[in-house]
Amino acid sequence: MPDPMRIRAQAAGDKTTVRVLMSHEMETGLRKDAAGKTIPAWFIQEVTAQLNGKPVLSAEWGPSVSKNPFLQFIVKGAKAGDKIAVTWRDNRGETRTDEATVS
Amino acid sequence: MRSTRMMAAIAAATAAFTAVPLLAQTQQPKSAADGIAEYRKMLEDGNPAELFEAKGEDLWKTPRGPKNVSLEACDLGLGPGVVKGAWVQLPRWFPDTRKVQDLESRLLSCMQTLQGFDAAEIAATPFDKGEQASVTALAAWISSMSRGMKMALPQKHPEEKRAYELGKRAFFYRGGPMDFACASCHGEDGKRIRLQDLPNLTKNPGDGVGFAAWPAYRVSSGELWSMQRRLNDCFRQQRFPYPGFASDVTVALGVYMGVNAKGAESIAPAIKR
Amino acid sequence: MKIRHLTALAVIAAGAAQAQTARQLDQQTAAMMRASFRDQGIATVERLNQDDAQKACSQAKPPSAAVAKKIETAQLAAVKWPSDGQFIGDWKEGEKLAQNGRGMTWTDASTAAAKNGAMCYNCHQIDKKEISFGTIGPSLWNYGKLRGVADPADPASAAIVKYTWGKLWNSKAYAACSNMPRFGHAELLNEQQIRDVMALLLDPKSPVNQ
Repeated sequence: MPDPMRIRAQAAGDKTTVRVLMSHEMETGLRKDAAGKTIPAWFIQEVTAQLNGKPVLSAEWGPSVSKNPFLQFIVKGAKAGDKIAVTWRDNRGETRTDEATVS
Repeated sequence: MRSTRMMAAIAAATAAFTAVPLLAQTQQPKSAADGIAEYRKMLEDGNPAELFEAKGEDLWKTPRGPKNVSLEACDLGLGPGVVKGAWVQLPRWFPDTRKVQDLESRLLSCMQTLQGFDAAEIAATPFDKGEQASVTALAAWISSMSRGMKMALPQKHPEEKRAYELGKRAFFYRGGPMDFACASCHGEDGKRIRLQDLPNLTKNPGDGVGFAAWPAYRVSSGELWSMQRRLNDCFRQQRFPYPGFASDVTVALGVYMGVNAKGAESIAPAIKR
Repeated sequence: MKIRHLTALAVIAAGAAQAQTARQLDQQTAAMMRASFRDQGIATVERLNQDDAQKACSQAKPPSAAVAKKIETAQLAAVKWPSDGQFIGDWKEGEKLAQNGRGMTWTDASTAAAKNGAMCYNCHQIDKKEISFGTIGPSLWNYGKLRGVADPADPASAAIVKYTWGKLWNSKAYAACSNMPRFGHAELLNEQQIRDVMALLLDPKSPVNQ
């Protein structure tokens, strides 16, 4: 079970700023270990976010995104108490979903 | 509401390579140091240290080890289980072990006494492997519980004072093929190595600087470094031999730097390049 | 009664601990250093053995002028001048060496000088084109030019050329507590490498002297 994300969602008027910290190695597949063997690629390929169950963001990521990625986005029309859910899926098929309440 | 495609560039703000131009095209060109400071400010918001803090809190509260007990009875200097404020008073004298101990040393004691782990085995384990990873995560969380508080190491017990004196001597101890001491880089104001500013650790270098800035997440290696790890790599760069984990010299140096930083605001766990 | 005696003992014990002399603390420091370190790779505990120059400069206060002079004299006497009398090498190699900060740590495979860098930019500005430079040492921009070295082979430049070699070989020959490593003396760099760094600083064709 991958490590949980840290999600914070803060409403200011009509705009809610969502900040997400994901725990992921994000291996590019280009690095070699001490023995000279290539470390296999392992990175998040898809990120989606939902506001109260409705999709508000989808993203396609690649190996250029760094380890333990930080994502920040602004969503309109959310208010305190609403639920923000973020899901990532990586090239191994592993996935993680975490939820936060808009404050 | 239509779904929107997000640019990877925004998420790549934490990429190891900075895209911030070092000389801005304005009337007054930004210095390289200013550009880097701006880049660091951008990174503060999404400090991956939080991932380690969350792990550390979990490790403190979960029953683990051969005795299957949590660390909630561990005394970090302010009484069993008191975590808030403990970080800014470490290292300090502990009557039960009769030693001056820093956070990592004290965690080893508690992990052994309360949970039944083998402290020597953990000390011999490479950083980030096995239970060393636990110690790092615990250090991240415990230091976070003193964020914003001022360094206030006690210097009442004679052993605390002696540790300060030994730490001071260790700080100025020149050795190795390059004749480096800690003081070679950290003994003067306003110096830097390449573009990395060097705090003067013989005195209080200010809020959130030096001793008050560690543990910290290092973006360049994607790792969280405790003060033990930081000292370890300092000695490596000094071309010294290998300091034992939580050995006397590392604790004494912590006392010297921490006491010098009295009054400095702790920002740990911080974020570094 | 019992409590008073215990208090008295505690006070005496505390007093005894507080009465550590500077000498005792120095001895305790030496013991602490020996006990706290171990060998790792090429970095062995022998590296903790201090020579006179290191020992004299291991306090917060610098040594007296007399002690400093004694060290400088001894260090200068130990400088090895180029075996073939050639002081100047290739500045392009010198720049590569100045940029390279590697070598001699416990993660390095060998102690061979050929594997080491001169790490100059860590502490010095050298070629102005390089903005990533340290400030632990003074700027070396226009080093040869500022010292009027139009031709390093000219006898008029001999003193500067000799000083520069001496400083690179053994910085402590001129400043007992210099922060600069003793590149030749400690076998961090070999003769050819030092010649190349000399060229970076003194060759009129070097970018440093434009």
